[in-house]
Amino acid sequence: MSERFSGTDRYIATDDLMMAVNAAVTLARPLLIKGEPGTGKTQLAQEIARALNKPMFEWHVKSTSKAQQGLYEYDAVSRLRDSQLGDARVHDIANYILKGSLWQAFESDVQPVLLIDEIDKADIEFPNDLLRELDRMEFYVYETRQLVKARNRPIIVITSNNEKELPDAFLRRCFFHYIRFPDQDTMSRIVEVHFPGLKKELLSEALGAFFQLRETPGLKKKPSTSELLDWIKLLVAEDIDPAVLRSQDPKKTLPILHGALLKNEQDVHLFEQLIFLNRRAR
Amino acid sequence: MLVKFFFELRKGGVPVTLTEFLTLLEGLRAGVAWASARDFYFLARTTLVKDERHYDRFDRVFAEIFNGAEKLFDEIVANVPPEWLQAVAARTLSEEEKKKVEALGGWDELLETLRKRLEEQKERHQGGNKWIGTGGTSPFGAYGYNPEGIRIGQAGSRNRRAVKVWDQREYRNFDDTVELGTRNMKLALRKLRKFAREGAQDQLDLDGTINATARNAGLLDLKLVAERRNAVKVLLFLDVGGSMDDHVRVCEELFSAARTEFKHLEYFYFHNFLYESVWKDNRRRFSQVTPVMQILRTYGHDYRVIFVGDATMSPYEITQPGGSVEHWNKEAGAVWMRRITAAYPRFVWLNPEKQDRWDYTASVRITRELVDDRMFPVTIQGLDAAIGALRAKSVTPGITEGTHNSA
Repeated sequence: MSERFSGTDRYIATDDLMMAVNAAVTLARPLLIKGEPGTGKTQLAQEIARALNKPMFEWHVKSTSKAQQGLYEYDAVSRLRDSQLGDARVHDIANYILKGSLWQAFESDVQPVLLIDEIDKADIEFPNDLLRELDRMEFYVYETRQLVKARNRPIIVITSNNEKELPDAFLRRCFFHYIRFPDQDTMSRIVEVHFPGLKKELLSEALGAFFQLRETPGLKKKPSTSELLDWIKLLVAEDIDPAVLRSQDPKKTLPILHGALLKNEQDVHLFEQLIFLNRRAR
Repeated sequence: MLVKFFFELRKGGVPVTLTEFLTLLEGLRAGVAWASARDFYFLARTTLVKDERHYDRFDRVFAEIFNGAEKLFDEIVANVPPEWLQAVAARTLSEEEKKKVEALGGWDELLETLRKRLEEQKERHQGGNKWIGTGGTSPFGAYGYNPEGIRIGQAGSRNRRAVKVWDQREYRNFDDTVELGTRNMKLALRKLRKFAREGAQDQLDLDGTINATARNAGLLDLKLVAERRNAVKVLLFLDVGGSMDDHVRVCEELFSAARTEFKHLEYFYFHNFLYESVWKDNRRRFSQVTPVMQILRTYGHDYRVIFVGDATMSPYEITQPGGSVEHWNKEAGAVWMRRITAAYPRFVWLNPEKQDRWDYTASVRITRELVDDRMFPVTIQGLDAAIGALRAKSVTPGITEGTHNSA
């Protein structure tokens, strides 16, 4: 246990998150991270790499991604073209094997961090196709008859937004952590990290307004940490006086610069309705 | 101790396997967590639990084993999100009633007390003034006369004096996350997938290329085609409440399976039969409804329609204007049904009721006639047959007749 992850100067990790990361690092298991959008799932991998001083490889999964693409791709088309043009490279098939991010991570001289981002975007079978690779950290290149083995088992961080269920066999091989939405204490620490020296008054007023907003029942998209940070950035840029925030009764007016917090017109509309009702109730 | 924990977890509904348990032991040996119950808790959770939905169950088992405490709250209590309770309370309670809630010390207190009662109570109970059950004066349970009563698991309201019906089924949206048994349904539904080439041409068309290259005297001529994507579009109408309560589990599974299989899936809820409006959110079924006419206008005729319902009701609810049990419907359900089936020629009705019972219910017979006998049971076989009916070659849509009140 030479190295432990305990958050960084830019990233506040809660105790249970630290434990999950450290357990995954120590036991060399992939770590599956879920959580509301905007709670820093993707950033976690970057911060682990930074904190433990390791190289980082990223694999962003799309709906069209195939598991094979993370390993390698055989560019048959350019080989065919080269053969037509009489290029000498054509005799070695290895010239046309393009390494994927998993292969690159396996080849790294020091233990790397590999991020597989938004694994739920891909087809249902995608995680199943990676079972052996994640388990044994090796795969076979059929074209060159070569077995690629990880020199150092990478620290693998996988994020998911819960759009699809992941297969059991895959889940069994992972550690799992659900990033909960931060409470007010953690949140002020997070803001402090991003805006050091922010006026205490502004911080507490902004946080108060933010959590009150989040609690509104029926919101389509609850504002998350990243939206709060954007909002505070705006407040600072516009040099808003904390007194203005305080004087606003959130029940009667939309919060100032609300565009950073409410991301669709239904939510804004819902708010306007609530405000209207509250005014009438007076 | 740990082995017992393992088995208790399985009993408590957390799907733990031996591999994961061994991983936990490995972690303990590697010294990831030591000398702290908190660390052990975090490690055990991260190794054994693979879904946030199981966190709560895990916590309960953990507490039971490691604190030696008695059983924590019952499933029902755990499932009620407090914000829902508050939202409902804020909307439905009068000032007077809110004061009465205070009689028991507010919502938190009410919940806390309920939780304790559930822990104490092991058996079904009737009468009396303390336990949860039916017909008593305790604040908890069905058919209570206590003004701050919370009603649990009761379909109708007897005396409308309970603070809020705590009927899960009526207000909880169908949970689309049921895993068990959905695999089969997924496979059946997958047959409905129809792939069509859409979007940018970025895939090598092998046959086309060989063909073109041969014509080009052996010089390579690449042909590209667009990728095949799932192009099937589905509208799902689900019956909720009433006689459907018995089938909720099956419907949840179906819904869960359908959700992940199609790119375009729109779902709506109705009660007993389709009338002029349906809704998307059971919590706001009376305030946020979607007019059926709007659906007919919005979704193209290439959508396939799946109705899910037991079609068990009074025949009048289908055939007569004003027959709905919930509101005054200007036009009979049958009229609305014909409008939908005319607009979407490819439709099926899935009936979770056992097929051999269909003939005993008049409303099922009427519904079967309305849907051209395209009613299928919710079994793997029935799903297969239903998918077959949905895959039928495209039919030209009928003309949607107007309504009297369409603007």
